[in-house]
Amino acid sequence: ASCWGSRNPWMIAQPRRDFCLGFGVLPDSIDRTSDSFTRNSKAMDELISDLQSHIAKVLCGGGAEAVKRNRSRNKLLPRERIDRLLDPGSSFLELSQLAGHELYEEALPSAGIITGIGPVHGRLCMFVANDPTVKGGTYYPITVKKHLRAQEIATQCKLPCIYLVDSGGAFLPKQADVFPDKDNFGRIFYNQAVMSAEGIPQIALVLGSCTAGGAYIPAMADESVMVKGNGTIFLAGPPLVKAATGEEVSAEDLGGAAVHCKTSGVSDYFAQDELHGLALGRNIIKNLHMAGKEGLLSRLETVNHEFKEPLYDVNELRSIAPTDLKQSFDIRSVIARIVDGSEFDEFKKLYGTTLVTGFARIFGQPVGIIGNNGILFNESALKGAHFIELCTQRNIPLVFLQNITGFMVGSRSEANGIAKSGAKMVMAVSCAKVPKVTIIVGGSFGAGNYAMCGRAYSPNFMFLWPNAKISVMGGAQAAGVLAQIEKGNKKKQGIQWNKEEEERFKAKVVEAYEKEGSSYYSTARLWDDGIIDPADTRKIIGLCISASMNRPAEDTTYGVFRM
Amino acid sequence: LFSDSASSSSQSIEKILVANRGEIACRIMRTAKRLGIRTVAVYSDADRDALHVKSADEAVLIGPPPARLSYLNASSIVDAAFRTGAQAIHPGYGFLSESADFAQICEHRGLKFIGPPASAIRDMGDKSASKRIMGAARVPLVPGYHGNEQDIDLMKLEADKIGYPIIIKPTHGGGGKGMRIVNSPNEFVESFLGAQREAAASFGINTILLEKYITQPRHIEVQIFGDKHGNVLHLYERDCSVQRRHQKIIEEAPAPNISIDFRSHLGQAAVSAAKAVGYHNAGTVEFIVDTTSGQFYFMEMNTRLQVEHPVTEMIVGQDLVEWQIRVANGEALPMSQSQVPLSGHAFEARIYAENVAKGFLPATGVLHHYRLVPVSSTVRVETGVEQGDTVSMHYDPMIAKLVVWGENRAAALVKLKDCLSKFQVAGLPTNINFLQKLVKHWAFENGDVETHFIEHFKDDLFVSPTNAVSAKEAHEAARFNAALVAACVISMEHSLSKENSPGNNSLSIWYSSPPFRVHHCARHTMEIEWENEYDSAGSNVLTLSITYKPNGNYLIETGENCSPGFEVKATHLGNHDFRVEADGVSMDVSLAVYFKDQTKHIHIWCGSHHHQFRQKIGRELSGDDEAQHKPSFDTASHPQGTVVAPMAGLVVKVLVKDGTKVEEGQPILVLEAMKMEHVVKAPCTGCVHGLVVTAGQQVSDGSVLFSVKDQ
Repeated sequence: ASCWGSRNPWMIAQPRRDFCLGFGVLPDSIDRTSDSFTRNSKAMDELISDLQSHIAKVLCGGGAEAVKRNRSRNKLLPRERIDRLLDPGSSFLELSQLAGHELYEEALPSAGIITGIGPVHGRLCMFVANDPTVKGGTYYPITVKKHLRAQEIATQCKLPCIYLVDSGGAFLPKQADVFPDKDNFGRIFYNQAVMSAEGIPQIALVLGSCTAGGAYIPAMADESVMVKGNGTIFLAGPPLVKAATGEEVSAEDLGGAAVHCKTSGVSDYFAQDELHGLALGRNIIKNLHMAGKEGLLSRLETVNHEFKEPLYDVNELRSIAPTDLKQSFDIRSVIARIVDGSEFDEFKKLYGTTLVTGFARIFGQPVGIIGNNGILFNESALKGAHFIELCTQRNIPLVFLQNITGFMVGSRSEANGIAKSGAKMVMAVSCAKVPKVTIIVGGSFGAGNYAMCGRAYSPNFMFLWPNAKISVMGGAQAAGVLAQIEKGNKKKQGIQWNKEEEERFKAKVVEAYEKEGSSYYSTARLWDDGIIDPADTRKIIGLCISASMNRPAEDTTYGVFRM
Repeated sequence: LFSDSASSSSQSIEKILVANRGEIACRIMRTAKRLGIRTVAVYSDADRDALHVKSADEAVLIGPPPARLSYLNASSIVDAAFRTGAQAIHPGYGFLSESADFAQICEHRGLKFIGPPASAIRDMGDKSASKRIMGAARVPLVPGYHGNEQDIDLMKLEADKIGYPIIIKPTHGGGGKGMRIVNSPNEFVESFLGAQREAAASFGINTILLEKYITQPRHIEVQIFGDKHGNVLHLYERDCSVQRRHQKIIEEAPAPNISIDFRSHLGQAAVSAAKAVGYHNAGTVEFIVDTTSGQFYFMEMNTRLQVEHPVTEMIVGQDLVEWQIRVANGEALPMSQSQVPLSGHAFEARIYAENVAKGFLPATGVLHHYRLVPVSSTVRVETGVEQGDTVSMHYDPMIAKLVVWGENRAAALVKLKDCLSKFQVAGLPTNINFLQKLVKHWAFENGDVETHFIEHFKDDLFVSPTNAVSAKEAHEAARFNAALVAACVISMEHSLSKENSPGNNSLSIWYSSPPFRVHHCARHTMEIEWENEYDSAGSNVLTLSITYKPNGNYLIETGENCSPGFEVKATHLGNHDFRVEADGVSMDVSLAVYFKDQTKHIHIWCGSHHHQFRQKIGRELSGDDEAQHKPSFDTASHPQGTVVAPMAGLVVKVLVKDGTKVEEGQPILVLEAMKMEHVVKAPCTGCVHGLVVTAGQQVSDGSVLFSVKDQ
């Protein structure tokens, strides 16, 4: 006690975090003074500023000229339209902003279609908005894919769909990749029909042209609005009509709002102008009697409304993941920055330590988190399967934080039945009927991608950090494998491969893997729902869970586990 | 204070019927209550829920809305007094307050009339007779003609004798109604006939008098009081020079820039005037003071408590309604002339529902937002309305009287300015902004008041759209206020939508602040129309772009002149109040929002500024193609040449036939509202079309009267 007196009175004792932390609170394990922290931050900053520049471009839509033309027609841009539909000051979870990135010879910002989730009159809705400034809002193959993905999420989460239609229909030069296949254009209307049958409202706001196949979007909708002057619906436009029948007719007389609201009955609400049309859209949602009500009620009991923010700065997520995937990092430092109060109750902490599992809350919503802390071994896979079973039984949504190079290989591992253990986790992930959200915070390779709920396992949402890499295996490993095979082939032909040639061969493979494994390559093709800033991870997971819980709980039944 | 020596002949008043409405009824009841006297209100159908009805212990319905069938219906009022057992009637001002007949009826039926004797009312009510009496009592008079002979040619001759300019006045009534100023002989006939017509409509008697018109006059009046024992004293003077449409809007006591000598001369003259007619109870002797010669002349005597009596109360520290009641009880005045205190300075500003830009035309409407300044021992607000009440076309459009007191004129003026800027009315146009300009004017600050003050300084008091500098300043202020409005509205809407969403708890994450966007800041566009009360013609639509900054502030850009925009932070303090920080300066802001005619009206009070804006909404409700033809307040929606009624009122005269060819500015019809005539003129030269209204027909505000088309 005597030492108190001798202390400098201005030096208030700093509470040592590790002693003050309550039960289950994750400690602060980051060394902010380390070289790697600085290095990682710097590397991530570069990635993010790169990302921001790509985003800034797509936010401009189809370019200044097209935007100007759009405005001259008294039309808003698709994101502005959505802003006017959303509740004032509410959030919007936009999906796959960089879809179509460097996918075609011509730029196709956001794949020419804006999709995302946000509330209207307190009801979460899925928005699908054509961007008429991008190639006239026509559907490229990736546009169709993005549209279908939005509908898929809406189906899973039972979200009413609002289609902001302003599209010239299929992009004709690529019709073969747009029209005929199962997951092509026709699937849009199939989904509308099926969702409508399930009681998921389908609302179309015709704010621009809506030609040919596109005409079915409002026609298939439960309710539709048309804007005088700008909105048109016809199976064939005036030029085609003239060619086919010789009839000369203006677009407005052929398929304008007056025709469809008064005569044909294809549309239900006549809007004087675009703002009126958007207001009508809000009103339609206001009058909906919402599907998935039970889900909401059952959830009210579980959501904790008084939640704490994480103890640590979420912005530090930008400094945690190394851009060099060979370096490992403790996934708990990520968890500590996304869960409420940084409180994480770890399950089987000491068993299968390369997989971190545990319970936490995000914005008051209970979640089960599964994160990678290295290679998956037998034990880690079994632990993962076990934890998934727990969560499905309790209807707790799952969050997968992927940073996985794969399952352990080698004779010992095979003999221990790593394939069998991996299969158990894959079975559990596949059958789990709870909401699933996957975030790739590092690598995602091989069967690890499967067990950790990659795209093929239908997570409700899946996002990438800018540093993410996805491929069947690492570039270097693939290069090694391919080089050995090639070397063997050459040897059979009696050709000796010199070191230099071999290195050149390997470098080519690595380069291809590097490109195809990048987050941009993935997001452009809609293998995910978007690249996110690590600092937004907590918010986005929170929004995703909230959107996913918009339905009644479902029972999970599993197939046969190989014991 | 009062001596009770002389008063015991009759029983003291225990219950008063107040034969009036609005603020004066409320004000009389307040004093009555303080004295333990019970109160009875009377009301018309239009006033069923009015404040004066709620303020009274009992209330009696006396008839339909038109005043002549209710508040002017003497027999219903007297009946009401008997039904409720009231022993006395206080008439307030206006209505029956200066009806000698009414005072007579009351006395005949054994009710105390809280006011002067009927004989004094009669003597003073006839302006010609009163001047004769005053002349005999050696009270100075303005040169003029007060004869009974009303032949127009003779009158014109008399006018020529007096010399132009002259003023024409009805011999009965007051409040400026029926008055006409004639600058030259060729205007005489038209003015004379108009004055006659208006006098007949307002007072039922159309006799007219003529007087010399004093070009730079001040209107100074003296409050006098007499008891039934022959004592009369004065309670100093009030200056009521600042007028519009011959009606006072700002009064003060004592009058500025006069000498003690002048004050006592004025007071003595007033007392002589009252004594000459055997006056008792409260009265006011009005004088006109020629500022060029320093002469003062008797104008008229108002035989009642005046609208502006509170300024006198404030400087003498007395309750004049209490005096009135006690004098009616027969008590003697409580003090002698030398004992009347004079302390400090008081102002009264009359707050009217009126359209300043349209020549102070009376306005009607609903008080959607009504917040008074906090009252204290030095700030009084006399009002008869509450938020949600309607100011109807049936009665006087005065909403409230703001009365302030200070140690001296400068101190009182500071307080007056402050209170005016905090007096919040929304829902109908008022003269508050105008009053603010008025009291800030240098000449007013100097006390250089005269009755043509507003006319004289009109260039300073009205923002002219042609004055580029002031128009630009006004626009800048509006732009800034629009940004504040946007910030407050957004923060309010945000919290509202968060609270009101059906699944509010489970979805609260979607309403975080600032709203979340993937890789960008949320933006919001708001179109808001500035209601420029001095220039309704120009387009005043402001398009605001609001960016939600990560720190919770809003970056608000108006997209004009490459201006950088304002960074605003708005904190909702509850109710209508916000604390707003804009570019580093934080301030209190009040907002009123209401919906009318499919439009959202937003008023903002910030510092000494009050701005109003509107936003088109409510089209959610109508989804039809059919062009709904509704009478609109906005003339812009009518074809050119269309003339709409500038206010709700009664058509008293239609001067041309439909189809007549007319010149621009030619009078087409005469409309009357609140007993004021308003001439509707042709907007351009052409042929009159669609003129179907006839004399006696009621028209609503904004309804189409006729159109003038080129041939």
